[in-house]
Amino acid sequence: MTEIIVVTSGKGGVGKTTTSASVACGLARRGKRVVVIDFDIGLRNLDLIMGCERRVVYDFVNVIQGDCALKQALIKDKRLETLHVLAASQTRDKDALTAEGVKRVLDELIAEGFDYILCDSPAGIEKGAHLAMYYADRAVVVVNPEVSSVRDSDRILGLLASKTQRAEQGNGGVKEHLLLTRYNPRRVASGEMMSVDDVKEILGLDVIGVVPESPDVLAASNSGVPVILNDESDASLAYDDAVARLLGESLPLRFLEEPKRGFFARMFGG
Amino acid sequence: MGLLALFRRPPSSASVAKERLRIIVAQERSARGSPDYLPLLRREILQVIHKYVNVDPEAVQINLGQEEGHEVLELSVALPEKTRA
Repeated sequence: MTEIIVVTSGKGGVGKTTTSASVACGLARRGKRVVVIDFDIGLRNLDLIMGCERRVVYDFVNVIQGDCALKQALIKDKRLETLHVLAASQTRDKDALTAEGVKRVLDELIAEGFDYILCDSPAGIEKGAHLAMYYADRAVVVVNPEVSSVRDSDRILGLLASKTQRAEQGNGGVKEHLLLTRYNPRRVASGEMMSVDDVKEILGLDVIGVVPESPDVLAASNSGVPVILNDESDASLAYDDAVARLLGESLPLRFLEEPKRGFFARMFGG
Repeated sequence: MGLLALFRRPPSSASVAKERLRIIVAQERSARGSPDYLPLLRREILQVIHKYVNVDPEAVQINLGQEEGHEVLELSVALPEKTRA
């Protein structure tokens, strides 16, 4: 059984690609066969975050247009054997993605026996975003605790509930999860930032993960190693928890409070 | 400024954000799914009714619902007291 998961948000810059890369790695690290697809045609970036930008020969649009076989376009990850990346095309042709083309590629990946297909959606609500979510079984809606991100997420939730194959066929719809990123417990405590519970209440959805704001995320994208692979980082542990929850484990949320600094750390500044 | 105001803390910006979002999200959700022409349709129907009866703009309700596989356009107009007699 293949499960198709879309990582989406509406608003740009909230951490969709970072999340796609880390969740894909997390699933693969647990032995799942995973392919992660960049749907941001014209603005390819997943390859950079995954650290495989110099190995892109063929892309998603090449496969759709029949310029190459699917196998030629799948980039095998060098760290995790069961992980594959399908890069976005850098074409400026907006019509390069078609519903039939996307379906053909997804069907072929399903026939290949992948456990998970992750669709990294572009920002906005245009064609790329629409096609990234259309065939999904599940959706991870990435949201920052900030007004414009929360509002846009609600808009995306409306689209997931109406403009997807599952919604149209009426077979239960797409299962939706919230994933909060850039969470700053210190600012939440001082009333400057909405809390997990606030966001949960406004959007009426369960939270599958809360990733604390962390300098490790930028360091990870700088080096092309998804942050989940940096075992020292809180962001990594938070992503790994989210992956476990995606797989059905029930774990309490962590990193919702500011870490308590020990006596020596406070004395000598740590 | 009264003395009490010195001790009263303004609401935190997070709670202001939450309140604003609660309102706008509820508003956008209620408009969701209805076709784009609905507001215009409502206005035109109101104009036609207005030629004959002086109704309150708020008294015209238009709803689009689902019923056993087909869509139902429901129009309800509350007429003012006098015209009913």
